[in-house]
Amino acid sequence: MSDKTLHIQGVTRSFGDMLALQPVDLTVAPGEFVAVLGPSGCGKSTLLRIVAGLDRPTAGTVALDATPVTGPGPERGMVFQSYTLFPWLTVEQNIRFGLREAGRPEAEQREIAARFIARTGLTGFENHWPKQLSGGMQQRCALARALANDPEMLLLDEPFGALDHQTRELMQELLLEIWEADRKTVLFVTHDIDEAVFLASRVLVISARPGRIKAEVPVPLPYPRDWTVKTSPEFAALKARLMADIREEVRRSAEA
Amino acid sequence: MTPLAPVSRAARLLLGIGFFVVFVAAWAAITYGGMVPPLFLASPGATLVAGWSLFTEFNFIGDIAITVFRVVCGFLIAAAIAVPVGLAMGAFKSVEAFLEPFVSFARYLPASAFIPLLILWAGVDEAQKLAVIFIGSVFQIIIMVAVIAAATRRDLVEAASTLGARSWGVVFRVIIPSAAPQVAETLRLVLGWAWTYVIVAELIGAQSGIGHMIMDSQRLLDTGQMIFGIVMIGLIGLVTDVLVKALNRRLFPWAVI
Ligand SMILES: Nc1ncnc2c1ncn2[C@@H]1O[C@H](COP(=O)(O)OP(=O)(O)O)[C@@H](O)[C@H]1O
Ligand SMILES: [Mg+2]
Repeated sequence: MSDKTLHIQGVTRSFGDMLALQPVDLTVAPGEFVAVLGPSGCGKSTLLRIVAGLDRPTAGTVALDATPVTGPGPERGMVFQSYTLFPWLTVEQNIRFGLREAGRPEAEQREIAARFIARTGLTGFENHWPKQLSGGMQQRCALARALANDPEMLLLDEPFGALDHQTRELMQELLLEIWEADRKTVLFVTHDIDEAVFLASRVLVISARPGRIKAEVPVPLPYPRDWTVKTSPEFAALKARLMADIREEVRRSAEA
Repeated sequence: MTPLAPVSRAARLLLGIGFFVVFVAAWAAITYGGMVPPLFLASPGATLVAGWSLFTEFNFIGDIAITVFRVVCGFLIAAAIAVPVGLAMGAFKSVEAFLEPFVSFARYLPASAFIPLLILWAGVDEAQKLAVIFIGSVFQIIIMVAVIAAATRRDLVEAASTLGARSWGVVFRVIIPSAAPQVAETLRLVLGWAWTYVIVAELIGAQSGIGHMIMDSQRLLDTGQMIFGIVMIGLIGLVTDVLVKALNRRLFPWAVI
């Protein structure tokens, strides 16, 4: 369970004279699952990368409790949309990567890796090279690799964006199951409305570029959730509401 | 023939051997057919006979051994220096800014042009031969390794840093392993070039080696021996190449599956 609060204050980012992100203020409580929803190119990845410490804001601050974020760190685990397993390491070695960097004893590394291999359904694939895995399995391994560090929060940038529809739904259920058990703070970037509503306890709608938080929609569906909530009237109502918001932004970004 | 369609292993082997057969047949035709005088081009048979006498009478094995020794030593010394330097250049932009202009200049200096100078400095013994190979290889390896290391996937570096890797962790556990298979390929390539440098070095001021043997044969107008020497170089090159390729496949199974 996470116990630190993420504070984003007045964060903006411009690339040259192109403004990608207008001032964003956001507080994410420990254990929250926040989805960041917006059309492509609106600055979602930029925001997430700033929280990860992979990019610096032009103005504003990011802090975890009172500790300012000045660079990447293992307490903020990240899963990317592109496949980023280290090709020269096996599944098990990939999952141990962070533990090894932290200088944890080898026996402990193995024990933790085994646990996350089991939890992400990779049993039997420990010694496979990433190349030998399907896209869905690679992302499960990437998730296991981030979780093995026991991070305060998980930053997920369209992690299932490259997967086919069926695999994607299975991955959403897996992620939800893990989150329901561990209650780690999650910041989840997506452009898929169903995905945002199904997973998150709160959805932030980002406007077309330059991005800003256009709307904040709590998702009152109770956890644990399973796929059946997708057919509930509450789900449909939330989806309709977000679709209206998003359509307007997609149109604006297409015109821009 | 469909473009880019693969061929079977057997067909590949057969076609590969096929060209050698065509080549030797053409060679036989023009020599046995009397189209060129034997003084200029020995026939395949005369070449084999000359090769036999090289081994039995002129201790050609000794020449081969000394040439192989020179190539391997000169190349290994160059690689031992060039690979770390190239990796440092690829990984750190300040090192690159410091060395890149000089190395780019130096790699266009032909190694053979240094031979007279090197003879002056180091005489005609082993040090001079190794120096020619060293000069010919070291700058090429540096530049190619630097380019490979600099092309390390940024997303892997970023993933490593979100997992807690610091600068040295990124260098040793992302940049180096990710560059390794291509660096090995580069070394294989440059080793081939090192063979051409050693022969040039042996053509001038040497008392032993395959190049020296070829020079000696020229004095005796023995084209059979000369051709046999050249073919031998090609064969050794081919065998080394196949062995190094196999070694690379074993060392980096993740890159080939
Ligand atoms: N490193 C960069 N340099 C220049 N422009 C960038 C860079 N990164 C992102 N951008 C631009 O910023 C905008 C927002 O990008 P991004 O955050 O990736 O959007 P999203 O993830 O919502 O699709 C886009 O117009 C993109 O082209
Ligand atoms: Mg993005």
